[in-house]
Amino acid sequence: MGRVAIIGVGQSAFVRSYPGGIRELAFEGFKEAILDAGIKVSDISASVVCSAPEYDKQRSPAGVIAEYLGLNPQPTFYVESLCSSSSMGLRVAYSLVKSGLHDIVAVIGFQKMSEITSAESQERMGRGADIQWESPFGTMMPAYYAMYAQAHMAKYGTTLEDLALIRVKAATYGQINEKAVYRKAVTLDMFSDPANPMSGPVASPLRVGDCCANADGSSCVIVANEEKAKIFSKKPVWILGLGSATAPVNVTGRELFTGLAVARAAAEQAYKMAGITPDKVDVAEVHDCFTIAEMMAYEDLGFAKPGEGKDLIRSKETYKEGKIPVNVDGGLLSKGHPIGATGGSQIRTIVLQLRGEAGPMQVKDPVIGLVHNIGGVGLYGNVTILGRE
Amino acid sequence: MDDRFKRFGTVSFTAVTKTNDFISHLEAGKVTGTRCRVCNKLFFPPRADCFFCLSSDMEWFPVSGKGRLITYSTLRYAPVGFEKDIPYTIAVVDFGEYKVFGRIAKDIPEDKISIGMELEVKVNELPNGQLNYVFCLPRL
Ligand SMILES: [Zn+2]
Repeated sequence: MGRVAIIGVGQSAFVRSYPGGIRELAFEGFKEAILDAGIKVSDISASVVCSAPEYDKQRSPAGVIAEYLGLNPQPTFYVESLCSSSSMGLRVAYSLVKSGLHDIVAVIGFQKMSEITSAESQERMGRGADIQWESPFGTMMPAYYAMYAQAHMAKYGTTLEDLALIRVKAATYGQINEKAVYRKAVTLDMFSDPANPMSGPVASPLRVGDCCANADGSSCVIVANEEKAKIFSKKPVWILGLGSATAPVNVTGRELFTGLAVARAAAEQAYKMAGITPDKVDVAEVHDCFTIAEMMAYEDLGFAKPGEGKDLIRSKETYKEGKIPVNVDGGLLSKGHPIGATGGSQIRTIVLQLRGEAGPMQVKDPVIGLVHNIGGVGLYGNVTILGRE
Repeated sequence: MDDRFKRFGTVSFTAVTKTNDFISHLEAGKVTGTRCRVCNKLFFPPRADCFFCLSSDMEWFPVSGKGRLITYSTLRYAPVGFEKDIPYTIAVVDFGEYKVFGRIAKDIPEDKISIGMELEVKVNELPNGQLNYVFCLPRL
């Protein structure tokens, strides 16, 4: 059985409010990926459509999106694991291709969040937790991650300034990523200025500046078997490792509050499958839905020991020139986080990095890249390791 | 239709569950979990079915005694439906054999909350007539 490659990637610009419907939004990432892969739409033998439900009114979005993209009569279906939906879609596409059932599969992620208000969006995301036993207390994603931040700070001495440094880094790269929703600089001063919106309290200890930007967006990843990859692609990027894990939805079922058990488990699987150790990773995209999430990712992925993530950001080792560049495309914090499109966008960034095509965000000569994509609050964890020849 | 569970929390998203007696226990001033009669495993939140031994033979037990605060967060921005409650503090408290997720009582100021502190649980009636439970300082 041959290897499985990514031969094309695309994404729409991530924007506050997309002036079109979900099918038109999906078209943007899809078109870029098709052109990137140099294939015809009819070369795709199946599609996997990924998003989180209830942001728009369409039920079973795979059907309308496949129709709009000209993907009939090939099979299509919907894959959902909240914010990690399109990494889960990649996992499914890998197995469809590896099994020999299909030769080229498109993983299409999308989310149009702007049809509802921010408070409605918090309620929707909150209902990605346990609606029977947790949501009636008024939960939302920032508050769950805030509980992890509180525990991490208490145990390891991580500071609010350490968290702010992660936001500052994200904004450094968001400014040079033309697809990012937030293109402005962020400074530490903004967090200490009570008049600045960035310092506004959300859920203690997290502030507005610690939270990612909601966005509308789409992404697309074209996955192919080795034979097709060699026909179509001069620079195929190979899927070397896949890891995936779950944790109890209800926080009462969890033991760890200073890291995400799903990320640790998924990373261990992915490293083992790829046959590498964390120090071999040259560039990474991690799920920084909140600043604390990136801090925990450093530790969960083995880039730092537990409690030492703060040293990486203080010494700027996760900047582009550092030992392990992380989220040098702006991350979810600045590039934006259109739930179902996020994983595909992270994969796109790593593929472009490995092909040497990341423009002003390019890190020096990476060979192996990693994507860490989390759904819910450490509910679903996916880690993907990619490599070039 | 037994829809007692709609009374749980500021906004309930569930009405019908096999654990509806939990609400009657709240009305009687008790916070309860379930214990599997076959394998003795304790569950909080309560469940109707045991995933260890697949039994559905459960009995109720009261959540009592002191737990330790694992972590918490005070919300100053709320999801739709909870705006009137802010600020409020959510928390996870470890009672040894099980953990409990809920809110910390409003009469404990935020600067008096610290990880590791001892807390008890008690039933709380919300201004809109709904019921939940909150963590409070242990009675001396
Ligand atoms: Zn049992």
